[in-house]
Amino acid sequence: MLIGKPCDIVSSEITPPDVYLDRRRFMLAGAAGLLLSADALAALKYGTSPLSVREAPNSLRDISHYNNFYEFGSDKSDPAENAGQLKTHPWTVLVDGEVETPRRFDIDTLLRLPLEERIYRLRCVEGWSMVIPWIGFPLATLLKQLRPTSRARYVAFETLYRPTEMPGQNEGLLQWPYREGLRIDEAMHPLTLLAVGLYGNVLPNQNGAPIRLVVPWKYGFKSIKSIVHIRLTASQPLTSWNLAAPNEYGFYSNVNPAVDHPRWSQATERRIGEFLRRPTLPFNGYGAQVAALYRGMDLRKNF
Amino acid sequence: MPRDRWLPIVKVPLFVLALVPFAHTAWRVIGGASIDPVADMTHASGDWTLIFLLLTLSITPLRQLGLPGGIIGLRRMLGLFAYFYASVHFFIYLALDRMFDPRSIVHDIGRRPFVTVGFLAFTLLTPLAITSTHGWMRRLKRNWSRLHRLIYPAAACGVLHYIWLVKRDLRQPLIYATLLTVLLVWRLVIAQRRRA
Repeated sequence: MLIGKPCDIVSSEITPPDVYLDRRRFMLAGAAGLLLSADALAALKYGTSPLSVREAPNSLRDISHYNNFYEFGSDKSDPAENAGQLKTHPWTVLVDGEVETPRRFDIDTLLRLPLEERIYRLRCVEGWSMVIPWIGFPLATLLKQLRPTSRARYVAFETLYRPTEMPGQNEGLLQWPYREGLRIDEAMHPLTLLAVGLYGNVLPNQNGAPIRLVVPWKYGFKSIKSIVHIRLTASQPLTSWNLAAPNEYGFYSNVNPAVDHPRWSQATERRIGEFLRRPTLPFNGYGAQVAALYRGMDLRKNF
Repeated sequence: MPRDRWLPIVKVPLFVLALVPFAHTAWRVIGGASIDPVADMTHASGDWTLIFLLLTLSITPLRQLGLPGGIIGLRRMLGLFAYFYASVHFFIYLALDRMFDPRSIVHDIGRRPFVTVGFLAFTLLTPLAITSTHGWMRRLKRNWSRLHRLIYPAAACGVLHYIWLVKRDLRQPLIYATLLTVLLVWRLVIAQRRRA
């Protein structure tokens, strides 16, 4: 059975390997960038994707100044103010657990993977939404390289724990480090992205630099930021918001207008930049691609 | 200085000062500095409702602590500013959150505890704003001060409204809760002493 639109990317849209593998030119550009401006250093090369939505993206200012990233404070303007001190270089991501070949990736290695732009809707559990032009690669690309074992049923993610640079971690609003998790089929889904940039450049720190998860059919808090550890597991991993308030934030947290948060409605949302609320779509409008993952499940119980 | 001489000197600048939060938010929204204008307007008007309620409730304890009795002349203005910001808050909710849909408003107020107590707070404050004039004070006589004790449950509902709506960070609403508790306990202690 064919579900949803085709997801394959036409090869002409992928950055040719000689471009992204041209390390010397990359280094030279980097060196030039150091001399000229940070922007030149931060620019990424990427292709486009048929999985992008055809909606007008929010501005870079909206996207980078309206953030929930409690490691830098609980106000949505805090991350833009406080995230500058985070050192995102050097950075490694350890991928281990139920895989045949665990490996620690350097961020520079990951930045050289074929990148593509994915313009996705993002729906926050608080009832607002944006459209964001992420740049990244499918999580599946990374996981397949390490050959998950047959016992790998879930994927657990962890954010960096570094209270000296993440002042919010000195406060007990959540259990640190921030943790998230997906079922393996959700993790392997072509929509599930590891983002390293937006609007053509590397991620601003407040958006989860240098690498973050983007799962567009789930509430935003599932899309964990500044990842240092990915672990494939046999059992369902613990997740930060579920630990903090298990009756309010479930493991799945799929965007669902029919299942309200215990304290507020999820039927509508306010798109940042608009004054009136609009209806929220099941699976944030990605139902054609992902609804089959949850066939037969009671989504009210597995909220 | 006699009371009637200094009161206007304080009252006029205070009136202007009390409008600064409104002007500041309007400036940010109109000038495009606000990324989520509806949230900013909602939060600012809600915050300043609570601040003005607490200021209104501070007048009596401040007099008992030795500030000039004439400051009572500021209380009505502070109370009316609380109601002004509460009205802005409620109007934003009706217009931008509910789009004036009566069914959705009734459903929302009945269904969500934090909306219920917020609406209750606004409802309790409404007769106080209406009867704030000298005419109503004369007409209601002793009952006026009885009626105006509704500010206590109204402020409590307002603070509860805030506590129940925050996602995780309770620090700000708990500051309001602490201040309100101090102001109410103060009154209980004074009342006890008078009885003794």
